[in-house]
Amino acid sequence: MENSPILSVKELNVKFSLRGKQLHAIRDVSLDLYKGESLAIVGESGSGKSVLCKTFMGLLDSNGSITGGSIVFEGQDLTHFTTEKQWLSIRGKKIAMVMQDPMTSLNPLKTIGAQITEAITLHQGLRGEQARKAAVEILQDVGITEPERRYKQYPHEFSGGMRQRVVIAIAVACRPQVLICDEPTTALDVTIQAQILHLIRQLKEKYQLTTIYITHDLGVVANVADRIAVMYAGDIVEIGTCDEVFYDPRHPYTWALLSSLPQLGVKGENLYSIQGTPPNLFAEIKGDAFAPRNPRALKIDFVQRPPYFDVSPTHRARTWLLDPRAPKVEPPENIRKLREGRITR
Amino acid sequence: MNEAKTPLLQVRDLTVTFGSGRHKFTAVNKVSFDIQKGETFGLVGESGSGKTTIGRAIIRVNPVSGGEILYNGQRISGKVSRELDRQVTRKLQMIFQDPMSSLNERAKVDYIVSEGLYNLGLHLSEEERRQKVEKALEEVGLLPEFASRFPHEFSGGQRQRIGIARALIMEPDFIVADEPISALDVSIRAQVLNLMSQLQAQRGLTYLFISHDLSVMRFICDRIAVIHLGRLVELASTEQLFAHPLHPYTQALLSAIPMPDPRSERNKQLKIYDPSVHDYDKEAPQWCEVEPGHFVLANSRELEGYTAQLQGGGVQ
Repeated sequence: MENSPILSVKELNVKFSLRGKQLHAIRDVSLDLYKGESLAIVGESGSGKSVLCKTFMGLLDSNGSITGGSIVFEGQDLTHFTTEKQWLSIRGKKIAMVMQDPMTSLNPLKTIGAQITEAITLHQGLRGEQARKAAVEILQDVGITEPERRYKQYPHEFSGGMRQRVVIAIAVACRPQVLICDEPTTALDVTIQAQILHLIRQLKEKYQLTTIYITHDLGVVANVADRIAVMYAGDIVEIGTCDEVFYDPRHPYTWALLSSLPQLGVKGENLYSIQGTPPNLFAEIKGDAFAPRNPRALKIDFVQRPPYFDVSPTHRARTWLLDPRAPKVEPPENIRKLREGRITR
Repeated sequence: MNEAKTPLLQVRDLTVTFGSGRHKFTAVNKVSFDIQKGETFGLVGESGSGKTTIGRAIIRVNPVSGGEILYNGQRISGKVSRELDRQVTRKLQMIFQDPMSSLNERAKVDYIVSEGLYNLGLHLSEEERRQKVEKALEEVGLLPEFASRFPHEFSGGQRQRIGIARALIMEPDFIVADEPISALDVSIRAQVLNLMSQLQAQRGLTYLFISHDLSVMRFICDRIAVIHLGRLVELASTEQLFAHPLHPYTQALLSAIPMPDPRSERNKQLKIYDPSVHDYDKEAPQWCEVEPGHFVLANSRELEGYTAQLQGGGVQ
């Protein structure tokens, strides 16, 4: 995995103008995505995880703009793209996206086959019978039985899990290098969720994709991610390999996210819940954005924004707790339980 | 606790069908269970399994085609007297799944929360009504001044609290919670779950908790019933169900729970339920009690296997 990054984000800032005010959605995010890895971006709603990934495809809403930093993909800086034509050479072709809700991301008036061939014709230049063959093959790849018959059907004839498979088929049909999955399983049942995650992993191997998962649920990514980035208030507060983030989390926000999982809760006791609300991104944030909700916050957290501290070459976190001068703060009981493998299914 | 308990809610051979003639579809097929006062009863199944239909049949939104539902020993399904109807409307309340779509966008919180009071025709004075709304909002951790706002001004977690306040104002005994946290973020889930158990402790509420997510149910439910395609396949206390899942469908559901533990996730064996493992064409399955309080849908051959499994000390 120690190869060069396929996508490199440096000091990225994104702002939205809303009702005459500036909303600072992404604050100095730097991130390298390596070829062939799968990265999970985890955070609450409003933490900027979706906005970050939308900047990779030029899908920001019209009131949003990149105000600083760079996104380098294949030697091009995506932040300098101005025309739709430039974006079309990337969007769908090199970087594809699977949206959250399979109920709304398909066109109800067109057959499944037509929607897949549309992508194939546009990006691979295949037509007619060739395109149809390719589409049927992809349907088979995503685990849809009787693809020939299904090809002619409409989205309403598919169940939620099957529709999500079709959405994935469309995204993969263009043979992208990077596949962004934005909450791919949130709208689905637990059993189907496990199957879809398994499918994405299989396709990743088969087509040598680099995948980004966006999710709010740390529980589901243990199985699929090589690395995990935890986002809070438009900033990556901790990033590390899957094992590092689950077994040795350092940022208090990561502790809080993990502790609030019902899988770690003890029946009859209150589940840990994060107090307060996320900060207002219209205002300038002073110090550590999580400090007001953090019962273990230090004084300096309210004054100065912490830099990144390296825990290991692959693991860093933005918290003053890692400063050598900081007092020793033990992670909560739940986190220790997880590290020692005392969680049972 | 040790006296013979009459269940608060009894569901007997409940059948719900939609359509008629050739288009008839049986959504719920002869389902029976009891819910004791003060407990949290979980109903778990995938989408289309009929779990929501059962919940809606209990609050009498979906008409019952067969069987009956008893509340405090009184039949509340089918035709009931007006007096009982009002009483039941008041005592059985529901919390809905999606807080974004279950609140009237054009009404203020004040009206949303007190709508049930208006409909019941309690003839409260304006002052009494306002006090009740304020009390309900405070109980769910919202400020009384929120009453004059519209739903779009609130976050998902706050909206779900409004949904809970709306149910609480009727002073119910029994609440059907239909996937109350599925549409919420993980961090807010914890708040809503805590609120629900806190209210249960304060008011002695009984919950029917409907969900597809067993990891949440394990945390909140006392007993869990597993439903598959309109039939209950297994019912047991939460501990029993997690320690000794018998029915292959239950096992499949359990194996699908995502765990926040990379080591165990890597070795995870995903079980997929294949209905062809049953030989039900030879002998139809029955609802049997394998051990006290643990029911499973099985025919006699399977029952033998299940009993052996339990006695073998959990050898799987």
